[in-house]
Amino acid sequence: MADLSDVVSRVIAGAGDDEDVEAYAARTSDTAVRVFGGDVESLSSAESAGVGVRVVMGNRQGFAYTGSLDEADLADVLAEARDNAAFATPDEHVGLATPDGVAAADLDLWRPALADLPADRKVAMALELEKRVRSGDPRIRQVESANYGDASVEAAIASTTGISAATRRTACHLSAYAIAGEGSDTQTGGGYSVGREPDELDLEEAATDAVDRATRLLGATKARSSRLTVVFDPRVTTVLLGVISSALSGEAVLKGRSLFADRLDQEVGASTLTLTDDPTDPRAYGAATYDAEGLACRRNVLVENGVLTRFLYDTYAGRRAGTASTGSAVRAGFKSAPGVGCRALSLVPGTASQDDIIASVDEGMLVQSVTGIHSGVNPISGDFSVGAEGILIRDGALAEPVREVTIASTIQRMLSTVVAVGADLEWLPGIAAGLTLAIGEVSLSGA
Amino acid sequence: MIDSSVVDRVLGEALRTGGDFAELFVEDRRTSTASLDDGKVEELSSGRDRGAGIRVVMGETTGFAHTADLSQGGLRAAAGAAAAVARGGRGRTVAVTPSTAPRHNEVSTYPETVAKARKVELLTRADEAARSEGAAITQVAAGYGDSRRRILVANSDGLLVGDDQVRTRLGVSCVALGDTGMQTGYETAALTVGFELFDRVQAEEVAREAARRALTKLAARPAPSGVLPVVLKGGTGGILFHEACGHGLEADHIAKDSSVYTGRVGELVASPLVTLVDDGTMGPEWGSFAIDDEGRPAQRNVLISEGVLTDYMWDFLRARKEGRTSSGNGRRQSYQHLPMVRMTNTYLIDGTDDSDEIVAQTPNGVYVAKLGGGQVNTATGDFVFGMNEAYLIEGGRITEPLRDANLIGNGPDVLKGIDAIGDDFAMGPGTCGKDGQAVPVGCGQPTVRISGVTVGGTARG
Repeated sequence: MADLSDVVSRVIAGAGDDEDVEAYAARTSDTAVRVFGGDVESLSSAESAGVGVRVVMGNRQGFAYTGSLDEADLADVLAEARDNAAFATPDEHVGLATPDGVAAADLDLWRPALADLPADRKVAMALELEKRVRSGDPRIRQVESANYGDASVEAAIASTTGISAATRRTACHLSAYAIAGEGSDTQTGGGYSVGREPDELDLEEAATDAVDRATRLLGATKARSSRLTVVFDPRVTTVLLGVISSALSGEAVLKGRSLFADRLDQEVGASTLTLTDDPTDPRAYGAATYDAEGLACRRNVLVENGVLTRFLYDTYAGRRAGTASTGSAVRAGFKSAPGVGCRALSLVPGTASQDDIIASVDEGMLVQSVTGIHSGVNPISGDFSVGAEGILIRDGALAEPVREVTIASTIQRMLSTVVAVGADLEWLPGIAAGLTLAIGEVSLSGA
Repeated sequence: MIDSSVVDRVLGEALRTGGDFAELFVEDRRTSTASLDDGKVEELSSGRDRGAGIRVVMGETTGFAHTADLSQGGLRAAAGAAAAVARGGRGRTVAVTPSTAPRHNEVSTYPETVAKARKVELLTRADEAARSEGAAITQVAAGYGDSRRRILVANSDGLLVGDDQVRTRLGVSCVALGDTGMQTGYETAALTVGFELFDRVQAEEVAREAARRALTKLAARPAPSGVLPVVLKGGTGGILFHEACGHGLEADHIAKDSSVYTGRVGELVASPLVTLVDDGTMGPEWGSFAIDDEGRPAQRNVLISEGVLTDYMWDFLRARKEGRTSSGNGRRQSYQHLPMVRMTNTYLIDGTDDSDEIVAQTPNGVYVAKLGGGQVNTATGDFVFGMNEAYLIEGGRITEPLRDANLIGNGPDVLKGIDAIGDDFAMGPGTCGKDGQAVPVGCGQPTVRISGVTVGGTARG
């Protein structure tokens, strides 16, 4: 099997005198098991690999990729990236990363135990999960799917500007999606557990979560339109942070595409809000040693006590802003060139539990899940309108479940009307940690 | 792409340990994209992906493996991995018979024959056109993309068939800056054709439409909050029917009893004004193809006829279980993915009302000139959609523009609540996500009025 560091070294060795070349190679081995009705519905396992090449030639950049590590394809992809560079507009800020002396964190992201787990065990876990969800409550009518999935990802990057880095990580998950029914009423809910190795997976937690989320909405009706306090479940808070993340990109700011443009050093939220992006935190799902350009990942404080303190940069955006990369380059895989992004956003937790927060709300809604993030939330204008399901709060206690309502505000207003930050920090899949967050004066549209 | 004797041997290997059915899906895909942002052509990218996915079905269980190694050894290794789920059965030999599928659409200018400079020039023209709409347009991003996807599908029923799918698109998004902050507008043109897309559609027009949308919203007020009649402009809201009803009519959801439409064929599930069709044969539309990713020819399938549920959409596995044939709805994102039931071009056919009259006969409501993306929970039927361009209707007239907000509703309720359908049918392109797989789809409708939908704004109604 080809060594990825060798692959990227060979590609950059093909660079001409008048150009800089960066090669990024990645290999993924994954397994996906889906069970239904006590039987395996599908079992797939495969390995895929490929290389993405960036060429910078006289202030122009070009990119090409190939889903192969064959020698002939590597030569083709370099030639194609070079050809593409010829058509770009010259831009003095274009350039590859150069080593900046920041030391890489020592993170334990690779667990050999994952590769050693036989397929039978993976199937058994998914079957057991389905069984526990099904028997978790008599009102569970169907388990639409129970899944086990894992991936081992290796990557290497090298450039003619002196970058050389290699990373590898493992990840696995269990998830189930349940349908609960009572009379003619139907509700759904999903639960999951994630880890870097199978021992970190919690079957019971995934099962209980799916059962609770599906059953607690039974009997839900459409609430009356009102203005109230919403209490976001930790999972919903991660969704909100995910939306905000794109506005914290220095590139979006430079291009006039961020609601935070011109707000640096200003108050953008309640004084209880401190937000960091720290991929060196090993608990983070998005923890990483190196960014997508091969610079060490580092902790960046973005909002401190409500004041916007920093934007994130990759090499290009940093050069353009007259500052340095914050080690925040990300890429979707070998098929795309790097851009700016968050990996491990987290609010600094407060001291209240979710129960305390609910008890402090006179009229509100505990939001269990939201839909329509990509269609109803605009990180440029800040308009925020999403579909929501959850449980109403009346006089500090949970009341009846509601569905088919929307909650709406603007991101700017929501950040400044945060009334409580929970103590229940929880790292979840994606780029952000969750915690309970209460936000005042949100419009609920219903019946 | 692969010799038929190799196909025979690979399928034989896949069935060596048993299994009732084996399939080889080979794909060779080339893509090229160019993007302009902030006045600069930022990047040209091109890529190639080649590989094969092999599945083995035994009873209700599917084994799947994929490989980028298209040598006989690589394919047989993947076949062996996929076969691991089948045990104890007897192997069998397979002989495939090559057949030619009907072309759904002739491509006149293959994207690889077009000079990169011409693709770049389109973007520059789009940028200039958008900026010429006014100084308030502060940012323009334009993206061009084309893909040529050659596929081969062979299976143990003896099928061996191929397709050559070409797609070309242009998308433009603009930011406008005014006293009330920033607003955005987006427009896209996309068809399953080659570079001749730009004989039909001018890049400048796409750009001006995106700019106009952003500028219009500078004067927008917060959307109302609560239940109101909603009129969807023809050709811009088909995504609602894709999400709100289409997904619930996919046979995999039906089989798992996770759809509100399970067991309801023959019932009145919508207003009698509604006829809903899924049609993969529709000329150059974005969701069209000659064969689906299981080798079945594309079909035109009527799902709801005058309000009555007539049929669901089927892939190979679900159809086999019901003892019928697939409806040509087996699709997958790439050779690395298993096929499943997916829509093609989904649309509501024309009614007889005049579209202007529909607005005139709506005393108060919301007029949606462009819907954004949406999402549905098929088990409950609840859906959401973003409004990218919307206006108030007051006294039967379209008045002030509204800021972005979601609509939320329930699929079956909306279908029953349709009380007027216009005669101005039009289609548009989209991308459908399901189980993490994205495929191109088309959506369409004439002007439609829904008697009541919850509008998720912040202004008290």
